[in-house]
This record gives sequence, structure tokens and C-alpha cells, in this order.
Amino acid sequence: MPEKFDVIVVGAGPAGTSCAYTAAKNGLNVLLIERGEFPGAKNVMGGILYRKQMEEIIPEFWKEAPLERPVVEQRFWFLDKESMVTTSYKGLEWGREPFNNFTVLRAKFDKWFASKAVEQGVTLINETVVTECIVEDGIVVGVRTDRPDGDVYADVVVLADGVNSLLAKSLGFHKEWKPEEVALTVMEVMKLPKKTINERFNVSDDQGVSVEIFGDSTQGALGTAFLYTNKDSINIGVGTTLSSMIKKKMKPYQLLEYVKNHPMIQPYIEGAETLEYLAHLIPEGGYNSIPKLVGDGVIVTGDAAQLVNAIHREGSNMAMYSGKLAAETILKAKELGEFSERVLDSYRTGIYDSFIGKDLKKYKDATHTFEEHPQYFEEYVPLINRAMNTMFTVDGTAKWDKQKKIMQSFTAGRGKLGVAKDLYRAWKVVK
Amino acid sequence: MATTLEEKQYLVRFRCDTESHLTVLDHDVCATKCPDKDCTIFCPADVYKWEGDRMFVGFEGCHECGSCRIGCPFQNIKWEYPKGGHGIVFRLA
Repeated sequence: MPEKFDVIVVGAGPAGTSCAYTAAKNGLNVLLIERGEFPGAKNVMGGILYRKQMEEIIPEFWKEAPLERPVVEQRFWFLDKESMVTTSYKGLEWGREPFNNFTVLRAKFDKWFASKAVEQGVTLINETVVTECIVEDGIVVGVRTDRPDGDVYADVVVLADGVNSLLAKSLGFHKEWKPEEVALTVMEVMKLPKKTINERFNVSDDQGVSVEIFGDSTQGALGTAFLYTNKDSINIGVGTTLSSMIKKKMKPYQLLEYVKNHPMIQPYIEGAETLEYLAHLIPEGGYNSIPKLVGDGVIVTGDAAQLVNAIHREGSNMAMYSGKLAAETILKAKELGEFSERVLDSYRTGIYDSFIGKDLKKYKDATHTFEEHPQYFEEYVPLINRAMNTMFTVDGTAKWDKQKKIMQSFTAGRGKLGVAKDLYRAWKVVK
Repeated sequence: MATTLEEKQYLVRFRCDTESHLTVLDHDVCATKCPDKDCTIFCPADVYKWEGDRMFVGFEGCHECGSCRIGCPFQNIKWEYPKGGHGIVFRLA
């Protein structure tokens, strides 16, 4: 192994592997360091992988990659104790090329993706923790690992070490995340025969469904539960901001049991057998939590850079885009023969000018606002459920009287002005 | 169906190290300053258990999520990654 590489990438998740793949494909000498037994061994997500950003790295990857099902229907459930109001979109075009998104199992997908990077010439070493960046005169020149004689050098170090980026923190790129900047999520992969999944979700073998569940699924806390269909298993999970979890004194696995036993959800997993239980943090601080992205000889990507759109459950696609952009930036820097913060800064501007910067800016106040004003999840979801019940139950009451009753139910707690303010506030943070 | 945490954890593969990657820095802080001991509640694997005078750390079942490091109100938990290859090994998602 040569002592010096063009690029060292820390972490073989979507961001790191995208960077390593792109850099090696364009002729750079790349070392990809993974702390797990294999790429994917430490990596968790609910399970939705968007096609677009992956395709920009490996065209037509769906012909080869280990994917579960292309999602043809996205459902949204607003849950009360024993009722729900739902909305959804189903489009068969999503089940055909070029597809929109797929359910995936990350341990399988990440392993495959890293193997494609190795085919491009990337040197992958597993079971290795990067303990610190080697900094000389303020310039990151390499990494120290937990292997004997484990110092390795490179022109640029790319931090793709995930939500717990101790490396970016130790470089002073950000302070420790606050509990409201991360969501603690737990999930189970549950085995269910393909045929049963197809019947319960009204799909065929090569069609998948995603369900995002709000309201009682988090017992009113800021967060969501989800159900995603794999080929012959279902991912079911729930997460809230760590701050909500702490404030409400909830045990995440008990909340997951609550979700699994909810009368609106339980029939979907009836008879399913749990294969694996997983916990992970999702960086959900959004735009205002994006750390310093670039320094002399170093770039931060993916979850480590808080590049997650919690409202639209996009994360791995942003990780891939950021990893690829990091590689392209390094390729340009290589031509110039300079790897200073000034030269690498086009990565930062590229992130902020892309859909990532724009989307995260659009929702920059959403998480914070919904956290500060818990009524959206705690009060309005039950109110909407009761409104539907009132309107659709035929009990001899005239519809005008029903409408009046519904309006009164909404204003009883918060007043007309309060409701108007709530509506305006919600519109403002998502507009 | 795995309903208890024990049943859930039994399904997960762990390649345990002999040394803990999690360290409670000062057990007196837990005893005197932290009546709620939030880490014993929100940890998804019940790694932390209060034993009356000190915090027991069952690092072997840790999912390495990082919640305890961020959620400890007194920054009293030193959190490192387990040695390369050790710790949790997810097989599926």
C-alpha cells in the first residue's frame, strides 16, 4: 500500500462510496476506509433510495444493484387512537424505467456499491477506525487509524463518517449536535411472504409502497413512523427528535411496540417475524445546522454535513450528490495542484447552489417550529380525525350544524386567532 | 414477533470488544446532578442501568447510534467508536 493517496475517504456509506467511485473512475488514487466488518455493517436507513442521484454515478444501476421494490405508491397516514385520515399518490409510471425510488436493505446495497468502487480501482480497507485527522500547519494532510503504523496521507481527506462525525467536530467544523438536531429512530425488518405483502398493500411482485405515519404513531411527539415494503419483508420504524424523546420520557423500542400494535397498523404486520432490530440517528437540524463544509485539505459530505431533508425523507440521495461533488472538486483541484480551502470552496458553493442547499433552505425553520409548537402533531391530527368522523357519520344532524360543530372544535382550544396563527406559521415554514 | 428488547437484541449480531467504547466520566454527576437519568430511558438498547451509586454500562449491546453522547445533559459520557470491525454488525437494513 502506498503511503500517500490522492484522496482518503472516511466511511463507505452512500456519500463516501460515491466520492471514492467518482474519484477513482477519473484516475485518482483513492483509499476508502470503513470501520465496519464490511461496508453497510454499521449503516441504517428506513429504506428509500432515490434513483436520480445514484444514476448520475452508475447509469442504469437498477439492472444490477441489490434493490427491493420500486415504490409506486406513497401513502401518508394521520393517525388517531383508533382512526386515521389518509392521503396517497399511486403512479404506475414509477414502476417502470427510469423509476423514482426503491426500497433497499442497506447492508446489502452498501456492500454492492463499495464493490463497484473497488472495480474502479479504489483501495477499500474494512475494520479500521480513523481516530483523528493528521493536521500540519492547519492543513489536513492525512488520517490516523487504529491499525499499527496506521498513519496514511493524502492530498484531500473526505469525511463521510456519518451523523456521528467525531472527525468534523474535532476539527472544529461544528459543535456537538444538540438533541433537537438529531432524530433517534428505531426499526425492525420483519419477514412476510411476498404474496402476503402484495395482497395487504395491493401491489404486484415488482411494485412497492411507502407509508409515512404522523400523529398517534409518535404519541404526538415530533417525528414519524413508517412502513416500507421490501421483496419479502417489511421495514417498520419510528423516530422522533432526540429532544422530544427525552422530554416525553419515551423508550424508543416501546414506542415501536406501540406502533406495531396500533389497530391501524397491526393488520399489515400480522404474522410477520422480526429478522433484525436497528437503531440510528438521523441528522435533522437542516439548513441552519450545516457545519463548515471545507477546510485546507478536507471536505465534509453526507450525514456528517447534516445533508438531510427530513420533510421529504431525502438523505442518501443528498449524500451521493455531495460525495460525487466532492470528487469532482478534488479533480479540479488536482489540475490546479492546490488543495487549499480557497480552491476546495467550490464544493461548498456547489452544495448551497444545488437542490440540497435550496431545499434545506426552504424548510430551514420547519423542524424547529414544529418542535416549539407541538400542537400540530398533538392536537390538530386528532381534531382532523374527529372532523372527518363528525362529517361522515349520519346521525340526523344537518351538515351545516356539523360544520359549525367542527369549526367550534378547532377554535375551542386555541381561539380563532390562535388557529389562524397556527395555519399561517405552518404555511410559512413549508411554503 | 420480537416484543421485548431482549428478544429484539437477540436477533442482532455483535462482535464484542473486551473494552468498553463508552465511558461514564463521573458517576457522582449521575448520582447528584441528574435525577432523571435520561440515558437509562432513551437508549434504544438499554445500555445504561443505574445501580444506586454508579451507572452500569452494558456496551456489548450498543447500536452505536450516538444518542447518549448528545443526550446526556452533563456531557458526562465519553463516546468513541469500537475498535475496527468490532461492535454491532447489521446484516440487513
